[in-house]
Amino acid sequence: MSEVAQEKAVHISDSAFQRLQKLLAERQTPSAGLRIEVRGGGCSGLSYGMEWADEPVEGDVVFERSGVRVFVDAKSYLYLAGSELVYVETLTSAGFRLNNPNAKANCGCGKSFSC
Amino acid sequence: MSELLQIREPKKPSPPTQAVGIDLGTTHSLVATVAQGQPTCLVADEEDALLLPSVVHYSANGSVVVGKYAKQLASQFPEDTLSSVKRFMGKNRSDVDAMQLKTYRLAPGEGPLAFQVSGGPAVSPVEVSAEILRILKQRACAALSSKITQAVITVPAYFDNAQRQATQDAGKLAGLEVLRLLNEPTAAALAYGLQSKKQGCFVVFDLGGGTFDISILKLKEGIFEVKATAGDSALGGDDFDLSIAQALLQKWDIEVPTPFQKYVLLEAARQLKERLSHETKVEIRFEAHVAEITREDLRQWIAPFFKRIHFACKRALKDAGLAKEDIQAIVLVGGSTRMPCVQSWVEEIFGKPGLAEVDPEKVVAMGAAIQAQLLCGATKDSELLLLDVIPLSLGLETMGGMVEKLLLRNSTLPAKATQLFTTFQDGQSGMDIHVVQGEREMAKDCRSLAKFHLKGIPPMAAGLARVEVGFSVDANGLLSVEAHELATGIQQRVVVQPSHGLSEEDIEQMLKASIRHAQEDIFSRLLAEQQMEAKRMLAELSKQMGEHSECLSVEEASALSEAAKQLETLLETTQEAAKLRNAILALDNQAKNFTERIMNSSINSVLQGHSMSEF
Repeated sequence: MSEVAQEKAVHISDSAFQRLQKLLAERQTPSAGLRIEVRGGGCSGLSYGMEWADEPVEGDVVFERSGVRVFVDAKSYLYLAGSELVYVETLTSAGFRLNNPNAKANCGCGKSFSC
Repeated sequence: MSELLQIREPKKPSPPTQAVGIDLGTTHSLVATVAQGQPTCLVADEEDALLLPSVVHYSANGSVVVGKYAKQLASQFPEDTLSSVKRFMGKNRSDVDAMQLKTYRLAPGEGPLAFQVSGGPAVSPVEVSAEILRILKQRACAALSSKITQAVITVPAYFDNAQRQATQDAGKLAGLEVLRLLNEPTAAALAYGLQSKKQGCFVVFDLGGGTFDISILKLKEGIFEVKATAGDSALGGDDFDLSIAQALLQKWDIEVPTPFQKYVLLEAARQLKERLSHETKVEIRFEAHVAEITREDLRQWIAPFFKRIHFACKRALKDAGLAKEDIQAIVLVGGSTRMPCVQSWVEEIFGKPGLAEVDPEKVVAMGAAIQAQLLCGATKDSELLLLDVIPLSLGLETMGGMVEKLLLRNSTLPAKATQLFTTFQDGQSGMDIHVVQGEREMAKDCRSLAKFHLKGIPPMAAGLARVEVGFSVDANGLLSVEAHELATGIQQRVVVQPSHGLSEEDIEQMLKASIRHAQEDIFSRLLAEQQMEAKRMLAELSKQMGEHSECLSVEEASALSEAAKQLETLLETTQEAAKLRNAILALDNQAKNFTERIMNSSINSVLQGHSMSEF
């Protein structure tokens, strides 16, 4: 786990925090965390993926807000530094979004971005 | 509105579950598991027997009886007691003749094969097999006191796709997740640990109750390949019994035996055969007759079968292009190979004795259990390259030396992915497909697996050709890459073994390097992406300026050329992706009016001379 300056952290917004807390409770794994990764693929090059993880692995950067943890591997972190994770509910869908200052062009599918 | 992200449940890194191996045989079926590192067969029959007769009886009241009790009902209800249904798996009505059908009643109508039985609707061979599997599953659950959902089921090496599919369907119907269908000879070889020999050719000699199968396996890099199969689907221990019984009838001058005499003699013949496996001579009593039978008598009585067996063995060797000297070991499978006489045949045919340390009736089920254990991740045995996940990502090199990963590391096998690629230049007629393995962002840092060239792409503007590249890794970890140009249908294919020559340490090294170089990798990737974008844009701009010079004033043209030149210089000098990006955006902005005019003029020229209604 490495220390990360505030402006380079991955922030967990209020909405995301509440939602994650609820999901973790429902999943009965209060100590688990959320892994966010950036992968190749998607319509403009790279895309986000999110998955539950029990523990961080070696090389992960870990962000925490009152017990809710987010794990980001070293490589994905380079793309994600300074991002904010938010939870959005609209009339038609609900889910998470990453507001990523590194992303110069958001694509239509929302899963991809290019720097 | 862009799509929102959802959180996935991680793929379970296979907790140590119990998975079983099942030998779904023509006459008998067995279930086995690995306990304390040793493959063990589990009790499958009511009376603590390991072998479950593959017989299913359908009663008029709708109940289903499987195994020994079903077998006992066979003579009373020949039409409702199905045995040897394995022979009908995956077959159509047209494939079976009346003789094979015995007394079974084919259900009326067209379509897949089904039997009319008492107490319910017609049953298909798949459903009958599922009944057997269901019992094996129940017994295994009871024996292990745990829930069993996963299994490896063995099939004869010669089974075709339809027969394999039928077996898989039977497993599913019985509530089993079929981890893999394993060839019976391969299972037998696994039970003997032959895969640890790294390479060689082996014979699996399978003489069961009703069938004889011989398979020649070639082991290469831990993977068994079936080189040839041969056999006789109507030759086995039952035929031996019949011959012995006939010889005894002759000996005692019984010309027309009663059905009861026949039955008793057949049973006596079976016992005689089994006892002579341990003893050299046996006394037999039948009614008022007494006789002493030696191994030599038995040998003579069943000698006619030797010719048929010898012939099949020779054919298999010939088909495999091998001589008997090339064979490293012969694995004996099936109860009949316990007979000393059969073992001496094997030695006579292949010039060396067969392996018989593992019970030949259980060896297939035990091999299946070993495979099942490997597949469900309970054993950490990487000796066998039967990987259940892809250890390193597999991808393609794209323009600019970047890697586009198609199959990500840790994807479970079998895995498949396709992606569309396009041409980079106008009129590009070929495409280099470079398959790489690894986690790094640039192809030069990854392991190169294969390269091939897709030729014959019809001339098209850059970006219009559609080349679909498909990666598929089969259960054995074999990767095949197929490139397919969608307009013309031309395609090319290559098959590689990604794990070839890779040790655990190599894999770990490659993973560590990807973490160590994460930062520089990202920067080179970002730079390469922008470099490609700049090149593409410069090429496009110069092409459009040549074709549509009328859309530009002289001043605009020279300003654009000047800006393009600047980008070109920057492209060669800078190592900063962001700088290049800004320059690209600036040029794009500057060329905006120009591109709009080109659009308008081409739309006008298309529309000219036509009315709107024509479109």
